[in-house]
Amino acid sequence: MLRFFLTRLSLLIPTFIGVTIVSFLFIRMLPGDPVLLMAGERGITEERYARLMAEFGFDKPLWQQYFVYMKQLLGGDLGNSLITKQPVWDEFFTLFPATVELSVCAIIFAVSLGIPAGIIAAVRRGSTFDHTVMTTALVGYSMPIFWWGLLLIIFFSGILHWTPVSGRISLIYFFEPVTGFMLIDSLLSGQSGAFKSAVSHLILPTVVLGTIPLAVIARQTRSAMLEVLSEDYVRTARAKGLAASRVVGLHALRNAMIPVITVVGLQVGVLFAGAILTETIFSWPGIGKWMVDSIFRRDYPSVQGGLLLIACIVMIVNLIVDMTYGLINPRIRHTR
Amino acid sequence: MISSKKLFGLALGASMMALSATAVNAKTLVFCSEGSPEGFDPALYTAGTTFDASSRQIFNKLVEFKPGTTEIAPGLAESWTVSDDGKEYTFNLRKGVKFHSTDAFTPTRDFNADDVVFSFMRQLKEDHAYHKYVSGGAWEYFAGMDMPALLKDVMKVDDHTVKFVLNRPEAPMIANLAMDFASIQSAEYADKLAKDGKKEMLNQSAIGTGPFQLVAYQKDAVIRYKAHPDYWDGKAAIDNLVFAITQDASVRYQKLKAKECHVMPYPNPADLKAMGEDGDINLMQQEGLNVGYLAYNTMVPPFDNVNVRKALNMAINKDAILDAVFQGAGKVAKNPIPPTIWSYNDAVKDDAYDPEASKKMLAEAGVKDLKMKVWAMPVQRPYNPNARRMAELIQEDFKKVGVEVEIVSYEWGEYLKRSKAKDRDGAVLLGWTGDNGDPDNFLAVLLGCSGVGGSNRANFCHKPFEDLIQKAKIVSDAGERTKLYEEAQVVFKEQAPWATIAHSVVFKPVRKEVSGFKIDPFGGHIFYGVDIAE
Repeated sequence: MLRFFLTRLSLLIPTFIGVTIVSFLFIRMLPGDPVLLMAGERGITEERYARLMAEFGFDKPLWQQYFVYMKQLLGGDLGNSLITKQPVWDEFFTLFPATVELSVCAIIFAVSLGIPAGIIAAVRRGSTFDHTVMTTALVGYSMPIFWWGLLLIIFFSGILHWTPVSGRISLIYFFEPVTGFMLIDSLLSGQSGAFKSAVSHLILPTVVLGTIPLAVIARQTRSAMLEVLSEDYVRTARAKGLAASRVVGLHALRNAMIPVITVVGLQVGVLFAGAILTETIFSWPGIGKWMVDSIFRRDYPSVQGGLLLIACIVMIVNLIVDMTYGLINPRIRHTR
Repeated sequence: MISSKKLFGLALGASMMALSATAVNAKTLVFCSEGSPEGFDPALYTAGTTFDASSRQIFNKLVEFKPGTTEIAPGLAESWTVSDDGKEYTFNLRKGVKFHSTDAFTPTRDFNADDVVFSFMRQLKEDHAYHKYVSGGAWEYFAGMDMPALLKDVMKVDDHTVKFVLNRPEAPMIANLAMDFASIQSAEYADKLAKDGKKEMLNQSAIGTGPFQLVAYQKDAVIRYKAHPDYWDGKAAIDNLVFAITQDASVRYQKLKAKECHVMPYPNPADLKAMGEDGDINLMQQEGLNVGYLAYNTMVPPFDNVNVRKALNMAINKDAILDAVFQGAGKVAKNPIPPTIWSYNDAVKDDAYDPEASKKMLAEAGVKDLKMKVWAMPVQRPYNPNARRMAELIQEDFKKVGVEVEIVSYEWGEYLKRSKAKDRDGAVLLGWTGDNGDPDNFLAVLLGCSGVGGSNRANFCHKPFEDLIQKAKIVSDAGERTKLYEEAQVVFKEQAPWATIAHSVVFKPVRKEVSGFKIDPFGGHIFYGVDIAE
């Protein structure tokens, strides 16, 4: 298992270097530059433009800029935002817990509903339940996040007044963030009603962000289960008189889980992409919105730092997924 | 560097005291702001969102704009005099003005001339200890208003008198000093931060003399303020001010309806009708301090011919543009300055929409089968909410008079850069929002000879016009300046370097329980003087 882990880990090094190059080049390949955008309609003189470009180091050849960036990076410095002048590292990790909290809730929502729905749909193939689940999944998958979010806000917050419109907690609660995770911080604050408020603020964003993963997981679980349920060993197990719950829950489910886990792992990237819109609609102070704002402002250090950190997180999650395969299916960990 | 988390922690003590002190009946006003501030030192930035969070609540200037107007009123300076040659401005400073007191800083003295000198010299002098106190910090507005070339020195005469020495006479100087970059910082606080090795805190944990003091900022989420108890003009009517950062306009509206906030900026045009019909919402409106225009390149034929420009102006159906692009939230522009600015010449007649006359004029000018480019901005601005649509409508209008239009667009930075070129091919859609309420800020910046190849997108340099605006720049008599600018607008209309399209109308939805809120012509949100019913 250790060998398997080290092999997978060694693959991350070239990937990391590749990501630094891509993230560095990506923002610089976009037309426009931060100095021109900073000046806006008011414009800027040629001399001042040249001076500011030199101050930021953007007047140097790209390869030189890249080496300066890598040198900084190896020293653990991601640079300062051109806009807020704050260290990128600080900005990222101030906002990151909010995105993680939302993403974790969304994936829990998607997995806890998607896998059971997929299993039942597979077991009762062709039933009304199966058709309902698949149609709902298709609708959920096709729904534009922005529209879906606004629809839920208008219905549940605007008309029914069941949930708050946006934000992470009611403005009447005010405490120092300890972990950055509002559910935990609200409990730690000891303020009566704070945790309930944090939960109520999480409901709609969780549903919106979790909808697409829920649809994907439900469909994947159903098709994986259908495939496994038609295998010889399942038929044999049934023929030997094993209870249906045991056949499905133990023999079929474990084998069907491999592709499902792959899909769940891949949803991490989907969640980060979805977080951009979800965070914007629900005024959720996370990294999705921050990244988009940084791209629009050509804030080079924030974009390259943010992309690098997100890529690292996705790589780590995928490593964990790989390790999980190994645990579930010993054949995988023995494969060189 | 201190993280925002630590800043939050530092501010927490102050805030808890604030909350406990504000008893049960504390009045809290929530503003659903549209974005996060870039920082809290307004002189470093140019964005209105940043000014709303900093200069307009936390700081004062020597002179201020009267709420809801572009008129100048005394601020931290009680009075001022201008020397005969127009190069020296002497300000008599207000006494007994207190800076905010927080856990991090307790002022030992009142505001004085040292604070004024510090606030300007840090921007002017490259060797000043605070000139580069944050990484990549540039004094964009200060530079944009040409202050480095204009300002020779800022001198302390005595504790309560300060003198600004200019390199040349500049009539709009007083208006410039009411702008956000001219916010007065505490020199004592800056010294303390420098001693503690925490200069960057000046941009994070702001201390000013303004009506509200910063309590805490949670990035992208919320900014909390409390009323400055010792504010020189009397404590604010509300006790706490909260900015709930809400980027999406539809969500802001839902929050306003759900009483999660009391004031919201920038509503969706599509929501205006419903807002107007909502009994709980007071939909305020005012013409914006801006102008949207189509600038011809007057250096390139056939647009160097005034008759061609006039003919094209007559081909544009502005009413159709207002309906389709502004959806009613705009007014036809006939002058290069908005009606909210003093010296606006209402006697000027706009070019009538007349495609037949336009066709005839083009023929008389010898223009046949003209092909041209119209540049459409890739971004949304109050003076042009949808430049692509506007360009399409102009394309249709010009087609009717036999002019074929190709619409071009570039990324915003590129657009601004390329549109400056003296040999630019085509007419550019652009606009301007006033900085200081002075006509010079529109006419000289956008149409003066010094702006050719830069902010003057029409590359318009016409001596009679230039003489008028240059004279108005150095004359200090307001009546005479008004006359000069009125005349300049007449010349502008005759020469038609632009097709003036529209001035936007600013809408501000405010909940009924809020009173005293005034729309700021500069697009800001000012909460001093605002009250809220229990």
